[in-house]
Amino acid sequence: MIIAQQKPIKDIAAMIEDCKKVLLVGCAGCVTVCLSGGEKETEVLASSLRIMRRLQGNPLETVTITATRQCDPEYIEPLENLVKDVDAIISLACGVGVQYLAERFHDKWVVPAQNTMFVGGSRTHGVWEERCGLCGDCILHRTGGICPIIRCSKSILNGPCGGSQYGKCEISKDVDCAWQLIYDRMKALGKLDKLMEIQPPKDWSKSRDGGPRKAIREDVMIG
Amino acid sequence: MKTESKLQKLLDSGHFAVTAEIGPPKHASAHGIRHHAQMLKDYVDATNITDCQTAIVRLSSIASAVHILDCGLEPIVQMTCRDRNRIAIQSDLLGAYSLGVRNLLCLSGDHQKFGNEPSAKNVYDIDSIQLIYLMRRMRDEKLFFSGEPIKEHEPRFFIGAVANPFADPFEFRVARLEKKVEAGAEFIQTQCIFDMERFERFMEMVRERGIHERVHILAGVTPLKSWRAAKYLQTSVSGMIVPDDIVERLKKADDPKREGIEICIEQIKHIRTIPGVHGVHIMAIAWEEVVPEIVERSGLYPRPKVE
Repeated sequence: MIIAQQKPIKDIAAMIEDCKKVLLVGCAGCVTVCLSGGEKETEVLASSLRIMRRLQGNPLETVTITATRQCDPEYIEPLENLVKDVDAIISLACGVGVQYLAERFHDKWVVPAQNTMFVGGSRTHGVWEERCGLCGDCILHRTGGICPIIRCSKSILNGPCGGSQYGKCEISKDVDCAWQLIYDRMKALGKLDKLMEIQPPKDWSKSRDGGPRKAIREDVMIG
Repeated sequence: MKTESKLQKLLDSGHFAVTAEIGPPKHASAHGIRHHAQMLKDYVDATNITDCQTAIVRLSSIASAVHILDCGLEPIVQMTCRDRNRIAIQSDLLGAYSLGVRNLLCLSGDHQKFGNEPSAKNVYDIDSIQLIYLMRRMRDEKLFFSGEPIKEHEPRFFIGAVANPFADPFEFRVARLEKKVEAGAEFIQTQCIFDMERFERFMEMVRERGIHERVHILAGVTPLKSWRAAKYLQTSVSGMIVPDDIVERLKKADDPKREGIEICIEQIKHIRTIPGVHGVHIMAIAWEEVVPEIVERSGLYPRPKVE
């Protein structure tokens, strides 16, 4: 899922300081699961902003709603009636949701309440970790199911570099060396010889470096 | 002979090589680089020039190399994968060759987190092993990284790489060294050795695989100025092992700097007895002026002349 973390409330408040009435839109997708932008967080943020503004002597009116998903036009279409009489929209979705709202409601000021961080999973309650670098050309079959693109701080394909010690990355004792993990797993699977193959340079054009990407499935297109 | 590198000639003819390291300054004057080059030129066969080591912005490695060449010393240009994509790397290395650089050391590079631009974007378009392979191919098969032919004047570098016997997983370190040799590395400089026992074990594994017959290994040493410097390397630099007895020896010394030089000379004398080691790489970090004494007292002076 996409992991996002709410911006500090003073930063969110600053984005709407000129507004009298705002719509806060939560998302029932990934950000609900990672507890940062679901229905509950949307209500909490709305009341926090109202309290803050009341204390400043500049009351704020809020409207809240949580869309099934903000990354699908059909789920943001029903917001039209709510959008009409607000000065701005605060999206609690990931960056995709913010952009979908801005595209749909092009005459409205749309601001992000979240920092979209990464694609990952939960480790334990309250802890999420990055797992996929969205490189567009998966190599997990060559690295024992551990992604060096995103989990190695240098995205090295022929690791580990000389900064790996006691299983940790040179950047921090809190970061596992991805190549130590890859080595351990390949060893356990009896596939260490695979690590002797020189992995060729990666085709980054399939990643962000090729420009914004699009996926097309003609077989499911309508019309 | 594949290249015009004097270092290669020397190593290939069986001499025990001596290289040093010059760290470029954090300003735009080459005065210090030239001073160090003049001082070192009769005592070492070539000198590395670091490429913004520990990710600190410094005068460029290739520009420094030109000053060093001008002083009559052979440079080894360090090229990290941290700051340049494959377009910039190739362009810079074509330029370096055109300026007379003949030795290249390929590294991943320290993460930018350690430097004075921790919010910079890192590149790592290719990694060090890919860089070795692609530069070897550029020389021997006359191909750009993309596979497009170089019609004429391909750069013909003597290609080096680094190895760190003190990083983990230890048992994979020799295998990774072999991978670098497979990719095309012709000389290897190791991380600073303080744990001689571990280095000996490493070399034993190197000899078991016959790697020492395929590549010239130069053992890295660093003279330490104080016990605090030793402690810092021991506790704060990942991929480094400094045994406690070295820290203690420096702590007890009346003149720690002298003691640091003595330790370094002892290490070099010991390293010369290890089969398969073809040279020594002296990294006197911000202390270049002690290199001549270390070389001389280790019995490595005068340096052999090559045509």
